[in-house]
Amino acid sequence: MNEPATTAVYTPDSSLSDPREMVRSMIRDLVGSRELAWRLAVRDIRAQYRQAYLGILWAFIVPLANAATWIFLSRTGVVAVGETSLPYPVYVLTGTMLWAILMDAMNAPLLQTTAARGMLAKLNFPREALLVSGVYQTLFNAAIKIALLAAALIFMGINPGTSLVLFPLGVLSLVLVGTALGLLITPVGMLYTDVGRGLPLLMQFLIYLSPVVFPMPEAGLAAAVFQANPLTPLLLTTRDWLTGFEPQYLGYFLVVNAGATLLLLLVWVAYRLAMPILIERMSA
Amino acid sequence: MAETLIKVDAVSKKFCRSLKRSLWYGMQDLGNELRGRRHGTDGRLRAEEFWAVRNVSFELKRGECLGLIGHNGAGKTTLLRILNGLIKPDQGRVEIRGKVGALIALGAGFNPILTGRENIYINASVLGLSTREVDHKLDEIIEFAEIGDFIDTPVQNYSSGMSVRLGFSVAAVLIKPDVLFLDEVLAVGDIGFVIKCLNTVRRLTADSAVVFVSHSMQFISSFCTRVMVLQHGETLLDSPNPADGIDRYYALVRHERHTSGTGEAQVVGLDLLADGVLLTEEEPSVPQGATMTARLRVRIDGPRAGAEVTVFIHDEAMAPLVCIPTFADDSRPLTLPPGEHLLEIPLGTLDLNGGKYSFVVGISDSTSSISLARAQGLRPFRAFSGQTQWGRIVRPSKPRVSSSPSN
Repeated sequence: MNEPATTAVYTPDSSLSDPREMVRSMIRDLVGSRELAWRLAVRDIRAQYRQAYLGILWAFIVPLANAATWIFLSRTGVVAVGETSLPYPVYVLTGTMLWAILMDAMNAPLLQTTAARGMLAKLNFPREALLVSGVYQTLFNAAIKIALLAAALIFMGINPGTSLVLFPLGVLSLVLVGTALGLLITPVGMLYTDVGRGLPLLMQFLIYLSPVVFPMPEAGLAAAVFQANPLTPLLLTTRDWLTGFEPQYLGYFLVVNAGATLLLLLVWVAYRLAMPILIERMSA
Repeated sequence: MAETLIKVDAVSKKFCRSLKRSLWYGMQDLGNELRGRRHGTDGRLRAEEFWAVRNVSFELKRGECLGLIGHNGAGKTTLLRILNGLIKPDQGRVEIRGKVGALIALGAGFNPILTGRENIYINASVLGLSTREVDHKLDEIIEFAEIGDFIDTPVQNYSSGMSVRLGFSVAAVLIKPDVLFLDEVLAVGDIGFVIKCLNTVRRLTADSAVVFVSHSMQFISSFCTRVMVLQHGETLLDSPNPADGIDRYYALVRHERHTSGTGEAQVVGLDLLADGVLLTEEEPSVPQGATMTARLRVRIDGPRAGAEVTVFIHDEAMAPLVCIPTFADDSRPLTLPPGEHLLEIPLGTLDLNGGKYSFVVGISDSTSSISLARAQGLRPFRAFSGQTQWGRIVRPSKPRVSSSPSN
């Protein structure tokens, strides 16, 4: 017998009543979930691509199609897009790809948790594994997108120079912010499916308030909205690093990242606290 | 060795009947939890709530096995989910010491697209086991599951029996728990595999504290050292003698009285005697081995020429188990003329397995076989035995043994 054994205590008290124990178990579960997270990620990625004829193409078909649409719209003059410092196709392709990475990260927590309902209702395993697995999958898909993007940039003759070294940081920021926002809505999203349905609607709207397909407006209300939008510095800075421009919103970029880190910690706590309550409300 | 591994102290849990309200209460609970407030608030029920588990307490030591029995919705599975830490109790406290293993959701995390081999690793990971541990025992798992060459086939091509076998094998071969939860997992596969499962569970239970939920009184009787009967979430009985618990469980089974037929005959009454003594309780518990006699009073109305009487004994699921046709002294079927009759029917030794039984009496026209009366759910009684056996009929024997020394 390998004593002493661990003791688990379950009471109606909120875990917040013993913060030290809560932090300890959060760290323990996060560390303990590494292998499971990896397994789940490998499982999902394999299953996803084994069952699809187009395989990994699906990782970038949507953003590619979006980019193509906008290039078409601007070329034909249906929509008048302002001047961009980059060639417009590069601008819109990087924009849609980075936006897709952000979307992936944002959707992952709710998607992963919902898909694991059956397991959650019956087995006790570190719940963090689902989130970490989601991040792994987002990163895997991001890598495919970036590979395509890199090929496109080389083809179009863009040379980013040394700032490319910083580009992965930009991608990680997108994943960080996406995960924090996605995790924020997960507890309520697990109870009410309205959230899962409403999110794409909201994001559809948000894409036009961010420098994804449109350049930053020069003046007026639109400029104010674009500048206040916390996604703006993320997208711009990451795009600048990738294309060799000097980032203009570095300060705001750092603030958003700090805020997202703090938010992630808070919503992680909320997710843990919410889990038993959510499981109780879904049928086993 | 005999340390207490499970401590359950006055645990209660509320559930809600209506989905819309349930979700809304979920939001409220979420709000309370995030503000650091206690779960379950003041212990009062909100509208449309009920107690799914109410004030349940017990302690369990290593080597003990607690059987949870009760009808559907009695709170067994809910209690198990609280013990497993999946949902929070609304009241009370649960303490679990040591490594927890559960044979509950077999094959959790299986992805149908992936092969059996890949899924073994996934399932093991969900159960908290490392790749190294699986590598060591992979062959053992595959052999236990008896799926042979199918191991590299996608699980979606497995028969349902195969995937359950694989799920059971992963858990059974790998886990070494201090505390083990079992929920209706043994009723899987063919009989050969069930025997293997039973042996595995026996090995696992020998050295752990086990909570076992099952509707099979045979499993309960052969595994448990203690039985708890739950009804509407409350503990009805907590007994160190499983036979008492099982008897109590059967007492909860209601045998509805029901009469059909043309109505030209009537079962006036049916009394039961054990070893010559009239049983007067509403639902007597009769020890196995007693000599039973039925006293049946019937009335046949004219103008029927004659009627035949047949008695049946049905089990708790109202399936017929014993048929007792009646004959006259000349070995021809007994035919009763119109009028009221008292029949004393010897039933012999009570050799029915521990369980709940009741009588059915059928009266039919002796020439046309038209059913005049059929009364079911009569005189319910329970057969009581120390051990619930794997047969409907139990006939203990003392064989004559002739042996020769082995070389």
